[in-house]
Amino acid sequence: MIAPNTLPRVLHEASGRPLTLAQHEEAFATSTRSGSLLDELEASGLTGRGGAAFPTARKAKLIRDQRSHNKFMVVNAMEGEPSSHKDRTLLGANPHLVLDGAEYLASVIGAKNIAVCVSRDNPAAVNHLKRAIHERERRSLRGPKFELHTPPWRYVAGEESALVHWLDDNESLPQYRPLRPHILRIGHGPVLVDNAETCAHVGLIGRYGAEWFRSVGTDANPGSTLVSVSGAVERPTVVEVALGTPLRSILEAAGADANPQAVLLGGYGGTWFDGARVDAPYANATLQPLGATIGAGIIVVLPQNACGVVETQRIAKWMANESARQCGPCAFGLPAIAEDLWHLTQNARDNQAACQRLIERCGVIEGRGACRHPDGVVRLVRTALEVFASDIENHLRGAHCAASRSAQHYAAVPSLEREEELVWE
Amino acid sequence: MGIRRRSGGFVLSINPILCDGFGHCGELAPDLVHMDEWGYPIITTVPVPLSNLAALESARYAVRGCPRQALRIDRVADPS
Repeated sequence: MIAPNTLPRVLHEASGRPLTLAQHEEAFATSTRSGSLLDELEASGLTGRGGAAFPTARKAKLIRDQRSHNKFMVVNAMEGEPSSHKDRTLLGANPHLVLDGAEYLASVIGAKNIAVCVSRDNPAAVNHLKRAIHERERRSLRGPKFELHTPPWRYVAGEESALVHWLDDNESLPQYRPLRPHILRIGHGPVLVDNAETCAHVGLIGRYGAEWFRSVGTDANPGSTLVSVSGAVERPTVVEVALGTPLRSILEAAGADANPQAVLLGGYGGTWFDGARVDAPYANATLQPLGATIGAGIIVVLPQNACGVVETQRIAKWMANESARQCGPCAFGLPAIAEDLWHLTQNARDNQAACQRLIERCGVIEGRGACRHPDGVVRLVRTALEVFASDIENHLRGAHCAASRSAQHYAAVPSLEREEELVWE
Repeated sequence: MGIRRRSGGFVLSINPILCDGFGHCGELAPDLVHMDEWGYPIITTVPVPLSNLAALESARYAVRGCPRQALRIDRVADPS
């Protein structure tokens, strides 16, 4: 039993290796839940930790109300964001907690199959899950059946409709969903997709109940969340914090630069957040008026001596390459945006025009893809134009920016396999 | 739309995955669709009242003329 106000929750007893099933049952032994699972979920106010922060109970209810004998529960541990480490940390600490949560959710919606999805490029997590599922099957064959799926690692492959498309048809491409809420299906069976961290929280709520869950965090955003901090840190870390903790104390806890120029919140489709406002509480309810969200719990710290335009350009170029090339505005527009940003960083003569073009193109691209991938890049670029206004001015005047001397980069961007990949025909 | 309804509105909506930028819709419904620099349609999101028969007619032409069948007319209850 974890005491109500203590903090490592989903990372409880995290050590170098994952807990075995016996250790797991000992660590999270007593159950104090009183009401039914769905009621407790609803009372807990848990929201999805994969980025969209949709209420988990409402999503589960939507799938529960579908009539089908062949429902699926999907655990999304794909972790497409290069600077996110929370799911692999979680699976390396408490894989059974995630599987417990998946079982609880499967019993709520009435699913017989649980598909756990990890990217095949993350062999450690694949092994942890294989082992955990095997342990459960040796213990008993009752209950829903676990399957491990390993789609390839791409940025959009972790998007829920792309993931379901993979399970349905072996194609990791986002689907067109005109009506929201849209019920994703494998064959004819409705699917509930939840992030691995959400499942871990459900696993705890299923044991200890809503009141215990709400003992940490704020009223509007209860509970705790995993935050991956990278960038200007000693080493990239994952910390579990209560929602509503000031951003500065998260940075201090992670050993990061506590006085940054800016931080990137929510991932590569997220927002740049001015370093002067770093005392804001880290929760959606308080960040949304400031134009940011916690997203998938990613913080990239940008120190004072870095250039935000260069970082944004590197991210945008990579994101343009990660487009699935299904929709024209994304396939052509994102490379065009990356190109404009590159012009902006090059102190060329035409960069005034490039900046203007960039702003226009952001308005043109937004909201015209099947998934939210282009919207994320547009959001990133727009907030960069606001937050790094002085950097951009320097570049437009042709002056050297702060980072031109130190060729050090902070946002982790995987190298492109081929440079010419960006050109698509 | 067998019965001609004069109340309510419609929007032309597009499946961006199917769309390959042939550009026929821009020719057939120039007041609803204009093209971006890569030749993909930007469609007005404001609902058009159904009483605007010329616009409805051109939207139908655009739907039927789309080589990828990516367009659709969505009824909206309340024109704003």
